[in-house]
Amino acid sequence: MTAAIIKIDKISKSFGVLKVLDDLSMQVRPGEKLALIGPSGSGKTTILRILMTLEQIDGGHIEIEGEQLYHMPKNRSGLVPADERHLAKMRQKIGMVFQLFNLFPHKSVIDNVTLAPRLTKHVSRPDAEKRAMELLDMVGMADKAKNMPAQLSGGQKQRVAIARALALSPKIMLFDEVTSALDPELVEEVLNVMRKLAAETDTTMLLVTHEMGFARDFADRVLFFDRGKIVEEGTPTEIFSNPKQERTQAFLKKIIAAGHRV
Amino acid sequence: MIDWSGYLGLILQGALVTVQLTVMGCALALVMAFLAGLGRLSHYAAVRWLATAYIEFFRGTSIFVQLFWAYFVLPLLGFDLTSMQAGVLALGLNVGAYGAEAVRGAVQSIGREQFEACVAVNLSRYQTMRHVILPQAVILMLPTFGNNAIELLKATAIVSLISLSDMTFQAQVVRAQTGNTLIPFATILVLYFAMAMTISAGMRWLERRLTRGLDGVRS
Repeated sequence: MTAAIIKIDKISKSFGVLKVLDDLSMQVRPGEKLALIGPSGSGKTTILRILMTLEQIDGGHIEIEGEQLYHMPKNRSGLVPADERHLAKMRQKIGMVFQLFNLFPHKSVIDNVTLAPRLTKHVSRPDAEKRAMELLDMVGMADKAKNMPAQLSGGQKQRVAIARALALSPKIMLFDEVTSALDPELVEEVLNVMRKLAAETDTTMLLVTHEMGFARDFADRVLFFDRGKIVEEGTPTEIFSNPKQERTQAFLKKIIAAGHRV
Repeated sequence: MIDWSGYLGLILQGALVTVQLTVMGCALALVMAFLAGLGRLSHYAAVRWLATAYIEFFRGTSIFVQLFWAYFVLPLLGFDLTSMQAGVLALGLNVGAYGAEAVRGAVQSIGREQFEACVAVNLSRYQTMRHVILPQAVILMLPTFGNNAIELLKATAIVSLISLSDMTFQAQVVRAQTGNTLIPFATILVLYFAMAMTISAGMRWLERRLTRGLDGVRS
């Protein structure tokens, strides 16, 4: 087995008295497509937010490509909390797509995509725009490059958001319920982009989703979360067709009852 | 019969001083508003404290007293200011304190998800402010800035108290020399109003320009 690209070691996280992650450990292999499923409040989104450094951890360690995310080595002995510079360096490896797109509303589609490469990697404007057009083409949004986000549908916004995250060429992409806020008829266009991305790149992808059908086709491995812990993990077939844990079975039953296809 | 053209010239000279005070006062107020407004959001407690102290002090004391300090007290401490400098200083610092709260409020009203998107694309705090947050927040500040600029314009009249010959000062001179009260004061009333309207119109134009495209209408 190759070395893990993400290594989460006994992390915990509480919001006030609510413990959202409880002594959680998991590993992700390079290129792996991982689906995180479970009831809301089970901690799956929190994991993505912690990996993107949007939330601090209370305890434990995370390694990305063998390097500490929230800590840096000091004097050969022990670790100290990471400073902003270390975090910025580590963030280069990770991109994230949000449930509500979070596009920059005052920037055109292409400027949304080129802003970060130009500022953080000092890519020239023509180079950044050339790359942005390739990415927009990949997500099927090249013809809307000059539009403002407010002129786009939710599905289009989300495809732009994917292109924006890809523009920094992260090794790890985090997708946080990226279709939950979309009208049903717009879900498929976003999922198609993600399928394409999975097929054409070896980017490691972590996906929090309620689209069980998509998780089944897309993921190499599925983790079922409940109350801040991984209750069960396995291949999509193992989890969806033959779940062993009672809580997994109950959750899937509820999802099917709510009309989602599995 | 009084020859009004010469007296009107006096008032217009004063109007020029008023415009100068307003423009320079607004420039200083704008700088102070951003410094103190962003200072209140700083990660550093000392910066936050300093910004808060500035805002509370200048909002909490009379602009008359601030002007008298700038003109009469600072020279005792070794800072000699011309009446114009003292006027700009007092007006700019006073109005800047109000503007600072508009800056802070506007920045804080930008949703958390915009800050998070900036973290996700690895922008620094400065880049986040400069390229993402402030361009959106400035639009929200504009109405308040427009109010502040008009307030500042009207407050310039107090500099006549330190014998700076602004529009109000000149109107009093004309009144004293001609014995006519109605015409000089009616003239400056109209002129103040015209200046305030110009500021309003400018602000509306700026707002239209900056919001272009944000509402989904093709720009």
